[in-house]
Amino acid sequence: MNFLFYISALVAVISTVLVITRTNAVHALLYLIVSLLAVALIFFALGAPFVAALEVIIYAGAIMVLFIFVIMMLNLGGQAAKQEAQLFTPGIWIGPSILIMVLAAELIYLFAMGRERLSAGAEVSPKEIGIALFGPYVIGVELASMLLLAGLVGAYHLGRPHRHSKIEGSDA
Amino acid sequence: MMATVPMEHGLILAALIFALGFVGVLVRRNIVFMLMSIEIMLNAVGIAFVVAGARWAQPDGQIMFIFILTMAAAEVSVGLALVIQLYHNLKTLDADAANSMKG
Repeated sequence: MNFLFYISALVAVISTVLVITRTNAVHALLYLIVSLLAVALIFFALGAPFVAALEVIIYAGAIMVLFIFVIMMLNLGGQAAKQEAQLFTPGIWIGPSILIMVLAAELIYLFAMGRERLSAGAEVSPKEIGIALFGPYVIGVELASMLLLAGLVGAYHLGRPHRHSKIEGSDA
Repeated sequence: MMATVPMEHGLILAALIFALGFVGVLVRRNIVFMLMSIEIMLNAVGIAFVVAGARWAQPDGQIMFIFILTMAAAEVSVGLALVIQLYHNLKTLDADAANSMKG
């Protein structure tokens, strides 16, 4: 099962190189999502299925959606419409598609192999993680909740309407 | 028993991806790309933790990854709010445009 790790690692490195060399933010995001999915497969191959699922749901899901929201919100002038037209030309999506097909082939291979050969090393089950997370690491969970609250308040404060509206508005 | 991936290879991969993210932060001047590179670096650190956790078959590495994930979510929400503020104030995404502090 080692080769699954190495193929995913290769895909992750290639797509990461492509992320930092793109000039278009949306193209870079496509490659970044491929990179994160490759890392999720690496976690799967290393015997960490719970973290692999978290990587897909939170990183490739929630955090990337935030990035896409902001890039679409900024809507960088006239070039945005041109980008939209470009998105339908094959040159843009063929690269991420090929890389993601490699990952999909690995995933199909994994399911074809059967459940008992999914991971290379010893697998750490979600149950063990939960027991450790709410046992010795419970103070970390409390601190994470405070960090998230601080992030929420900070993002709300920074995302408020512009300062000029303070003169006539009632918000302090 | 199947052969497992050596820990060194996982750590080399983590170092490689971290270096790529670091180069991204240094080279790119578009602030959205700099945020993406920071995400790449955080992810690389997460790989290192999970590789180490898999080496000793302990849940601690994965727990540290969950904390990194939480931190990344908080960081990216504040960071993107700052990007929007920068764009509204300066009408550009160039990080060098914000080099002067005017009270």
